[in-house]
Amino acid sequence: MQSDIRRLSLILLFAPFALWIFLLIVLPHIGMIALSLREKVAPRVYEFGFGNYIDFIQEPIYWNTLLRTGSMSILVTFLALLIGFPIAYYIAKIAGQRSKGALFLLCLIPLWVSDLIRAFGWILLLRETGVASTFLQWTGAIDQPIEFLYNDITVVVGLVYTVILFMIVPLVSTLDGMDDAMVEAGYNLGGSGFTVLRRIIIPYAMPGIVSGCIVVFMLTAGSYLTPILLGGKNSSWFTEQIYDQFITRFNWESGAAFGFLLLAFTSLVVWLGLRLTGQTLANTVAKS
Amino acid sequence: MNRRKRAATREKFMTRNFKITGLVAAMMLTTASFAQAETLRLLTWGSYAPEELVQKFEAMYPDINVEVTFSNNEEMIAKLRATGGAGFDLAQPSHDRIHAAQLEYDIYKPMDLSMIDTSVMESSHLEGVKANTTIDGEVYAVPHQWGTSGLMANKTMAPDFKGWGDLCDPQYAGKTSMRLKRTILLGTAFSMGHDPFAAYADLDEYQSILDEVAEKLIACKANIKAYWKGGDDLSAMMLSGEIVASETWDSTAYKLYGQNKDIVFVPPETGALAWIDTFALPRKGKADDAAYKWINFVLQPENVTIMSGSTGAIAAVKGGLELLPEDKRNAVTAAFTAEDIANLKFFANIPPGVEDMEGKTLERIKAATGG
Repeated sequence: MQSDIRRLSLILLFAPFALWIFLLIVLPHIGMIALSLREKVAPRVYEFGFGNYIDFIQEPIYWNTLLRTGSMSILVTFLALLIGFPIAYYIAKIAGQRSKGALFLLCLIPLWVSDLIRAFGWILLLRETGVASTFLQWTGAIDQPIEFLYNDITVVVGLVYTVILFMIVPLVSTLDGMDDAMVEAGYNLGGSGFTVLRRIIIPYAMPGIVSGCIVVFMLTAGSYLTPILLGGKNSSWFTEQIYDQFITRFNWESGAAFGFLLLAFTSLVVWLGLRLTGQTLANTVAKS
Repeated sequence: MNRRKRAATREKFMTRNFKITGLVAAMMLTTASFAQAETLRLLTWGSYAPEELVQKFEAMYPDINVEVTFSNNEEMIAKLRATGGAGFDLAQPSHDRIHAAQLEYDIYKPMDLSMIDTSVMESSHLEGVKANTTIDGEVYAVPHQWGTSGLMANKTMAPDFKGWGDLCDPQYAGKTSMRLKRTILLGTAFSMGHDPFAAYADLDEYQSILDEVAEKLIACKANIKAYWKGGDDLSAMMLSGEIVASETWDSTAYKLYGQNKDIVFVPPETGALAWIDTFALPRKGKADDAAYKWINFVLQPENVTIMSGSTGAIAAVKGGLELLPEDKRNAVTAAFTAEDIANLKFFANIPPGVEDMEGKTLERIKAATGG
């Protein structure tokens, strides 16, 4: 009787999650795989085949864009970690109990505005006749208006700004659990600030770092608006290729194949990252 | 109670019960039709369903509710393809986007022209659209509004701007813009002396034209400030003077003319590219009558003026130009001469396969590191 009730409650608790995963993640993906393995031979006539994947391999533009997207996403992840870590450390360890909440809220506020509006904010600031350029001219630092928009650096800045919160939140929650005594012990034993950071704080924060990096990397590689709006003449982003395949070229089959390739590629990068840093999902993400 | 009597009571009870059920069902049906006042789901371009007109229409037909979804050519087809033509009752793709989409995805249904007051339509547009969208003797679309794609220039800063090729003229280096879509491919092809629409018949020849165009546009990249993506960023660049000329939709140029009289639409010397946005019925649309009512409603002269005021395009009705609001009419007359109108190049039906070829070419241009 008791075990029946326990089993029932387990099933009931598990059901929403299972339904969500199955109906909204697994099923659509199966549909996408099926779609990506169809080759169009004539209007309304399709055949099974790997043509869409072969097209991808044969066309350097596609895999170059994918590699570009991947490397820029890694750069964004790294920058987000570099900037996010001190902020998270300050919020978790240095700020007082009262200001902690306020600081955390300040980090959250940008998320209340949609991606689109934030991108337009950057456009207003950085365009040739925008705030930054006008201000620099006013101070006399430059005498010609400068265009900050439409290049890769702007895209990276915009992306770091968009995703940094997803780095800070897991870091704060891991660092919050760290006992101050550990840091003190490190100093008492004669460790320098750098040694304490390297030997005590970072290893302790590892679960947060890993989960933050994974989330940020995935979000960046899959982002669409920021790279499109801030990017310039040469900045292709892989999601743009997927959109083009689906919408402007009516080529859902190859769009689906591209979607899958992006998923496979980002998963591979995450796996490689874990391997290279000697981490596993079990002792990092599952812990945080 | 004996058996027979009981049976009789039961029978009586049952008949009464049936009556009640019938009554309830009837009531439900009537309330349902009241509550559900027919809904007309429009799939159209931003600004093609101005609030003023929607309210006027709903006041005229109180039992029709209008729901509007704003979109563009490609998304309209993608949306209808996803559902096999369900979810909307009236769509407004351009005239060149119907034939192939219908052949490939079967997303529209034939129109009943007797339901539409075609006598008010400009006959050249009506016949053109009919010719473009007739499949197996059935007509799939009628014209609504037409406009052009061409160039715009700030007269004070680029007085001699007159052709597609001028976008790549080094004297305007860093001061021009274009949208990286098929329009610029076609425009550039015309400016290089080709006729891309004629080449649709021979796709090998079209590919060789596209290769030439790609080469030219890649070399041109250094000259371009940025590719614009929508009317808003184009307007901002043009009004702020960051660019002096651009490839554009005429309606965007007319809007800017209203704010700065120096910015005019320039029909390219090889002819502006003309499109006609149409009315087409999605295959699984559920409110055809309401759709026909909307079509006839927006074709009435006083409504045409409201519509054109919002869209900036010219209605495909007789005297469409005179029915434009005054500011738009001034902008059009400032831009077009009668020769320009005679020189319009109407977009030809896109045969299957061309979208893919053009898409690849555009990708090549975007990925090239020209500037």
